[in-house]
Amino acid sequence: MDTGISKVAEPAIQTTLPLKIVIVGHVDHGKSTLVGRLFHDTGSLPEGKVEAVRAMSEKRGMPFEWAFLLDALQAERDQGITIDISQIFFRTEVRNYVLIDAPGHREFVKNMVTGAAQADAAVLVVDGRDGMQEQTRRHAYLLHLLGIHQIVVAINKMDLVNYSETRFQEVGTEVRAYLADLGIDLQHTIMIPVVARDGDNIVARSAHLPWYDGPTLAGALDELQPPVTSLELPLRMPVQDVYKFDDRRIVAGRIESGHLQKGDTILFSPSNKRARVASIESWGVRTPVMATRAGQSVGFTLDEQIFVERGEIASLESNPPMLSNVFRGRIFWLGREPLVAGARLKMKLCTGEYQVEVEKIERVIDTQDLGSNEQAYVERNAIAEVVMRSRRTIALDPFDHNQFTGRFVLVENYDIVGGGLINMDGYADQRQTNRIKSTNIFKVEHRVPIEERWKVNGHKGGILWMTGLSGAGKSTLAFSLEQHLFRKGYLVYVLDGDNVRHGLCSDLGFSPQDRVENIRRVGHAAGLFARAGFLVLTAFISPYRADRDRVRAMGPDIFHEIHIDADLRTCETRDPKGLYKKARKGEIHEFTGVSAPYEPPTRPEMRVDTAVHSIEECLAQLDEYVSSNFALVSR
Amino acid sequence: MDHLDVLESRTIYILREAFNKIDKLAMLWSIGKDSNVMLWCARKAFFGHVPFPLLNIDTEKKFPEVYEFRDRYIKEWNLECIRGFCPPVEQMDPSLPPAARSAARKTAGLKEMLAKHQFSGLIAGIRRDEEGTRAKERVFSPRGEGNTWNFRDQPPEFWDQFNTDFAPGTHIRIHPLLHWTELDIWYYTKRENIPLINLYFAKNGKRYRSLGDKDITFPIDSDADTIDKIIDELRHTKVAERAGRAMDHEAEDSFERLRAEGYM
Repeated sequence: MDTGISKVAEPAIQTTLPLKIVIVGHVDHGKSTLVGRLFHDTGSLPEGKVEAVRAMSEKRGMPFEWAFLLDALQAERDQGITIDISQIFFRTEVRNYVLIDAPGHREFVKNMVTGAAQADAAVLVVDGRDGMQEQTRRHAYLLHLLGIHQIVVAINKMDLVNYSETRFQEVGTEVRAYLADLGIDLQHTIMIPVVARDGDNIVARSAHLPWYDGPTLAGALDELQPPVTSLELPLRMPVQDVYKFDDRRIVAGRIESGHLQKGDTILFSPSNKRARVASIESWGVRTPVMATRAGQSVGFTLDEQIFVERGEIASLESNPPMLSNVFRGRIFWLGREPLVAGARLKMKLCTGEYQVEVEKIERVIDTQDLGSNEQAYVERNAIAEVVMRSRRTIALDPFDHNQFTGRFVLVENYDIVGGGLINMDGYADQRQTNRIKSTNIFKVEHRVPIEERWKVNGHKGGILWMTGLSGAGKSTLAFSLEQHLFRKGYLVYVLDGDNVRHGLCSDLGFSPQDRVENIRRVGHAAGLFARAGFLVLTAFISPYRADRDRVRAMGPDIFHEIHIDADLRTCETRDPKGLYKKARKGEIHEFTGVSAPYEPPTRPEMRVDTAVHSIEECLAQLDEYVSSNFALVSR
Repeated sequence: MDHLDVLESRTIYILREAFNKIDKLAMLWSIGKDSNVMLWCARKAFFGHVPFPLLNIDTEKKFPEVYEFRDRYIKEWNLECIRGFCPPVEQMDPSLPPAARSAARKTAGLKEMLAKHQFSGLIAGIRRDEEGTRAKERVFSPRGEGNTWNFRDQPPEFWDQFNTDFAPGTHIRIHPLLHWTELDIWYYTKRENIPLINLYFAKNGKRYRSLGDKDITFPIDSDADTIDKIIDELRHTKVAERAGRAMDHEAEDSFERLRAEGYM
């Protein structure tokens, strides 16, 4: 070693990652005291620290408090343990921990989310006298939203309720009920009566609480499970970059779930390109890598030179992510200004970036009683369910299926202003529908030009596509208009939802997928009629904008979107077929407007408001529209 | 995957994010143990290449071993390394305590290089466990005009979604080793057999635990002359890593002041 450089040999490494714990709870319920005591009782404090803080308290004429320790540790810049409030290391006999203390001041949710999102488990501190309070509930809700399932509940200040088992059970029941309502599996939830100040049930068992035979706080922490990698889930590898530093073209990214092996055929979404993994690339390892797994940052080459770019998600063909340009998100909003419908934001999902528009704010959630409010805006630090729409197709998974590809952040200007989890209930996987090629129906040349047909008929052909909620008046208006126009000499025909479902679409139900297929078929049938010179009137709820746009794309010149508009309450009052009643009772699932979404047209050719106008008035409006757009001779 | 694989994978992910999202990127290379681990991870991330320049801010007061190491590995690993020099201490803020004032030269040298090369992103090998203000850092940490760090109101950062958008005139510091501890660095250096300056190893009962300018850095008492002994020593010490760095200890807030002004 005469070069100033040392090299060392390599034996085995024995060390484990520390478990990350976040401490949350309502202000003054004893978080800092609990942390101070936990540090002391596990022997994690530097020598003399407690004495120093005691002396300082005496000097200032204040009674000693364990919470001062945290402040002191924060102020210390040169002790052997780490000292920032955000991340403090400590250890028990079993393992190492990183304690993340998410302070709950003004910027509460922003810091809480930043801290808690990294945690493997949480300690929720609840004052035995007060029970759950505002922040207890909000913290619990956010933990749930961030996917933290392991929660240790420390019911503190038991000395102030006379170490009462009854009171412990009361508070415990209250906490359990709330967590259960959130959908948290209570199997992982431990309730411990503690007196943080005196160290009761922190590390040592309490003599004051003989009726309690569960673990101490330290014992409960030691029983928590380390984070599991998502090996059993289908392969998801968001493409981070494609490198060409040398003659290799390497697709790089981190495997978020599943396995990837040399020779696998990989499907990239949303581009739907396929290729085989020719090699797994690496640097600094002696043997070639054949297989990789969740958690690893990898790179591989493909057997074909397909164009793949950052943002796509690599999967196996057998189990790809969903494709959609619309989804529902349960979000927490951190922006300074309230979020309103129509807001345009950048969304990041894994490595993909999309421009999205908030189409609708469905409900704002009250974390206190888990109720929801119909509110037009989402205030800072609030939680809401919103519908988002993107121009581009997004590859995604529902959060319940895969947390990594089922969550996103929102960016406005230069900052992250929110995060959310994806829920696809009621929305179709567009992977199926995207395979259907939109074709221009005027492509095939007939010997009878369409203009000739029009001339003979005295009017142009086309589609009046009526869309709207059940009960808005689509069928009523369509059949009245048909009769009226027929009498005036039009070639006119109605395609009605209920009628086609008896024949053309009798094999289809009302699932999102089936609705999509239903509209595809009807769209084609309508196109054929229109090509024959007919004026086609359709009366379908056709709730998805993407489906209507697809029909429009088949013949943009002949497609007229008519929004038969009436608000949900009006439609529900009419309820001509008694369907809303059944839907409200839960007898009909996926009912538009009740349990399935309706996406109103953004720029319809015409809007008919049946809540305001009578049938006759609406009919006159439609007649006027037909005359000015389709008539070639005056009648 | 063991503990070190998990740390390494995240570091690679962060480096690749930085390379993809930041136009003018450079990596600070102090030649110390941490920046060597960082460089090693970069070579793993980019399959043997380092696709951005290294930036060595030279105070011209480093130990000779440091310069020797630097020059050797620039050649051996075919690295692009930009050297930046620092203005004299007389030009630094006189209200700073002496050692901090001396350390501030590095910030000034860095700012000069940033302005000269128009870097929009700087990769730095700081760790959370090193020091209090570093513990509060984000992985992608925006710096205002004049390199200032607003540590009291930092943007949120979660789910490995980093702040990669920033206003003109500002830049981003990227911290790919933020989640490592001092012990992790040593375990990893050992496993990967990463070359290291021998000042870290004990000679005559003294070794350097952290390397700064030779006039404001002091060795600690130690007999640890192998990595195994260093690891063993660190597992039992209650003395902080930067205890030998005079600039940290002159005044309670001197390091915070340095960092708010743009120090690493």
